[in-house]
Amino acid sequence: MLTAEAIIQSLASGLLMGLLYGLIAVGLALIFGLMDVVNFAHGEFLMISMYATFFLFAFFAIDPLLSAPLVAAAMFVFGAVVYLLIVRFAMRAKANAGMVQIFSTFGLAIVMRGLAQFFFTPDYRSIPQSALGGKTISIAGIFLPEPQLVGALLSIAAFGALYLFINRTDFGRALEATREDPGAVALVGIDKNRVFALGWGLGAALVGLSGAIMAIFFYIYPDVGASFALIAYVTVALGGFGSVFGAFAGGIIVGLVEATTALILPPSLKSVGIYAVYLLVVFIRPRGLFGSM
Amino acid sequence: MTALLETRGVWQRFGGLVANSDVSISVGRGEIVGLIGPNGAGKSTLFNLIAGVLPPTQGTIWFDGVDVTHMPAAERCVRGVGRTFQVVKSFETMTVIDNVIVGALVRTTVMREARRKAHEVLEFTGLAARADVLASDLVPAEKRRLEVARALATEPKLLLLDEVLTGLTPTEAQTGVDLVRKVRETGVTVLMVEHVMEIVMPLVDRAIVLDLGKVLVEGKPSDVVRDPKVISAYLGDRHAQSA
Amino acid sequence: MDKNFAARRRRDLFVAAALAVIAALAPLFVKDVYVQNILILTLMYAALSQSWNILSGYCGQISLGHALYFGLGAYTTALLFMKFGVLPWFGMLAGGTLSALIAMGLGYLCFRLRGHYFVIATIVIAEITLLLFHNWDWAGAALGIDIPVRGDSWLKFQFTRSKLPYFYFALVLACVAWFVTWWLEDSKWGFWWRAVKDNPEAAESLGVVVFNSKMGAAAVSAFLVAVGGSFYAQFVSYIDPESVMGFQFSLLMALPAVLGGIGTLWGPVLGAAILIPLTELTRSFIGGSGRGVDLIVYGTLIVLISLALPRGLVSLFSSRKGAAR
Repeated sequence: MLTAEAIIQSLASGLLMGLLYGLIAVGLALIFGLMDVVNFAHGEFLMISMYATFFLFAFFAIDPLLSAPLVAAAMFVFGAVVYLLIVRFAMRAKANAGMVQIFSTFGLAIVMRGLAQFFFTPDYRSIPQSALGGKTISIAGIFLPEPQLVGALLSIAAFGALYLFINRTDFGRALEATREDPGAVALVGIDKNRVFALGWGLGAALVGLSGAIMAIFFYIYPDVGASFALIAYVTVALGGFGSVFGAFAGGIIVGLVEATTALILPPSLKSVGIYAVYLLVVFIRPRGLFGSM
Repeated sequence: MTALLETRGVWQRFGGLVANSDVSISVGRGEIVGLIGPNGAGKSTLFNLIAGVLPPTQGTIWFDGVDVTHMPAAERCVRGVGRTFQVVKSFETMTVIDNVIVGALVRTTVMREARRKAHEVLEFTGLAARADVLASDLVPAEKRRLEVARALATEPKLLLLDEVLTGLTPTEAQTGVDLVRKVRETGVTVLMVEHVMEIVMPLVDRAIVLDLGKVLVEGKPSDVVRDPKVISAYLGDRHAQSA
Repeated sequence: MDKNFAARRRRDLFVAAALAVIAALAPLFVKDVYVQNILILTLMYAALSQSWNILSGYCGQISLGHALYFGLGAYTTALLFMKFGVLPWFGMLAGGTLSALIAMGLGYLCFRLRGHYFVIATIVIAEITLLLFHNWDWAGAALGIDIPVRGDSWLKFQFTRSKLPYFYFALVLACVAWFVTWWLEDSKWGFWWRAVKDNPEAAESLGVVVFNSKMGAAAVSAFLVAVGGSFYAQFVSYIDPESVMGFQFSLLMALPAVLGGIGTLWGPVLGAAILIPLTELTRSFIGGSGRGVDLIVYGTLIVLISLALPRGLVSLFSSRKGAAR
C-alpha cells in the first residue's frame, strides 16, 4: 500500500535515477546547443560506454568506478571522431540539412548496434561483482542503492564542472555565442571545426561517464541504448533543447515522474508518465521549460 | 471616398517597450506612400500590425472599409493585402514559378489558371527567364523581386513593401523603383517602408515619418525632407549610430 | 514552359502505369513464395512511405510516430472482425477514418510545436499508445490477436493457399498512394504544403492557412497508412502491439522516402524498391546468424546515401531536368 515511507522511498530513488538521466542526456543538450544537431546515435554512445566498462572489468578486473574516467576519455576521442568523419559532412548538406543530420547519425546508430551484435553477440551481460554493485545504504530508514547514489553525486559534480567550464573557457564562450547566433563563431575567430569536435568529444565523454555507472546495475546488450535514448531526448526537450542546465532539471523531473508513475500505474506503464509530462509541458511551453521562447 | 487603409490610435507595447504609440495614418486608393524613419522608429512594428502578423495592443486597423484588427494574415491576403518581407522569405526548395503560383492560388483553385497568372506576373516583374530556377539559386536582387511577384500574384489592392530597395546596387534599385511605379499604374496602392530617405523620396506621393513610435510628420516628400523635426530625428539617429 | 510541365506530369503518369503493369505481370515469372513475400512488403512499404511523405515530405512536419496509424488500422480491422464480425473491407475504412480523425486531433495539439519538439512528440504519442495497447486486455494486451482464419475469400480478405491476392492488393495500394500524391502535387493543397514546409510565415502572407494545410496533410497521410496497417493485419493474420505499432514501423515508413528523396513523387517508390529487398535479403542471407551484419550493411548505406545524396536517390535521375524534382 501507499505509505508515506513508500512514497518517500520511491521519490528518493526517482531523484537519484533522475540525476543520472540528466547526466545521460546532457551530452545531447550540449551538442544541440553548440550546433543545432541532434545526435540520433546518442543511445548507442551509451551502449558502447557500457560495453567498454564491462570489458575493462571482464578482462582487466578494473572496477567500473575506476574505469569511468578511462571510458570517458575513450568516448571523448570517439565523439570527436564521429564529428570529424560524419557530422562535419552532414552539416555541409546543401539540401534537407535537418533530414541529413537525423539520418546520418541514425544510420550510425544502426551500424553501431550491428557491430555490437557482431562482436559482442546479442547476449545480456552484467558486471557481477563490483565495489558498489548490489549494495544499498540506509539513510533515515530510506534505502538507497549505492550505484545510483554515486551516479547521482557524479552527475551533480559533472554538472558543476560543466558550469565552470562553460562560464570560464573559450569553449564556453563559443557555446554561448553560437547559441545566440550560429554565425558568431566564425566572427569570434574561433576554429569552428575544433570547437564542434571538442563539443562532440565532451558530449560523448559525459555519456561515457554515465555509461560506466549504468553498467554497474543494468544489463548490457546491443539494444540497451534504444531504451534510454528516448528518455534522453525527452529529458533534453523538457528542459529546452540546447540548454545544458535544462537537461539537469529535465533529468530530475523525468526521474521523479517515472518513480511517481510506477507507484500508481502497473510497472509496464511507467514510461507513460514521462511521455505524458513531456506532452503537457510542450503544449504549454512549446520550447521546453528553459528554452528561449 | 474612404481611405483604403487606416490605422486608428494604434498602440503596440512589448513588455515595457512602446513600439507604436497612438499611430493614426491613412493610405488612399492609388497612392504610393512611404513610411520612413530612423532605426527603431517603429516602422517594422506598424508594418507587421498592418500585415496581420500580430494584433495591436490597442487601437483598430481598417482595410477597405472593414475592421481587420484581429484578422489573421492569411485572411487579410484574401481581402487584398499583399506584402514582402524585409529579410526575404522565398520558398527555397520550390522553383520561381511555383513560388508565384502559391500566391496566385488565393484567387483560383484551377491550376491552369494559377499557372497562367504566375507567368503573367513573372513577365511583369522581369523574372520570366528565371521561371524554372530554384528560388535558392536566385541572386539577392532577384529574390527581392520574387517577393514582389509572389505578392502581386495574390492580386492585392494594397501592396506592403518592406525595405525592398535597401541594400541594392544603384542600378538594381532603379529597376526596383521602376517596378513600383509600374505596379501603381495597374491600380495597386503601395505602402513602402524604407530606412534610407534618398531612395524613396522621388518615388512616393506622400511620406509618413515615424520617430520613437509616433507619427512625427507627414506630407509631400519635398516638404518632409526639409522639415527640421525630420532632419533632427535623422541626424540624431546618425549621431547615435556613429557613437 | 507550360507544355514542358504538362508533358512531365503526363510522363510521370505514363511511367507509373508502365511500372504498375510490369509489377502486375511479375507473378507470372516469380513463383517463389519467399520472393513474392519480399515483393508484397516492398509494395506495402512503398505505399506507406508515399503516405508518410505527404505529411513529412511535402508538408515538412516530420513524424516518427506513424506506426500509431499503422497499428490503429491493423487493430481496428482485426478487432471489428473478431468482436463484431465486421468485414475487413469495412474495417479498413473504419481504421482509416479513425486514424485520420486522430491525426487531426493530435495535429490540433502538436502543430504549434516546431522542429525536434514536434518529432519527439510524435514518437512519444506513438509510444504511449503502444504501451496502452500492451495493457488493454479487451484488445488482446501484449499477447495480441490471432485473426481467425475462415478460408480463402475476397469477402473476408483472407487467403491461405496463395499470397497472390495480397500481392495484388499491395500493388493497388501502392498505386493509389502514388496517384493521390501525383494528383495532390499539382493542386492547391500540394502547393500549400510545400509553401508551409519552406516558410510558414511567408505562406501565411500569401493566403495559405497554415494550420489547415497541416491538418489536411495529416488526415490524408494517416488514412492511407492505416489502410496499409489493415492490409498488414490480414496479410500476417496475427498482430500484437510491437509487431504493428513498434517504433521500427515509423522508421521503415520514413526511410524509403528519405533515401529515395523526401518530398518527391518518386522518392518513396525508388527508396522502397531498393531498401526493402535489401533489408530482407541481408536479413536472411547474412543476418540469419543473428550477428548483426545486416544492420551494419543497412546502417552504412543510410549514412552514405544521406551524406552523398541529400536530395535522395531520385536526384541521380533528375539532374537533367533541373534539380527541382
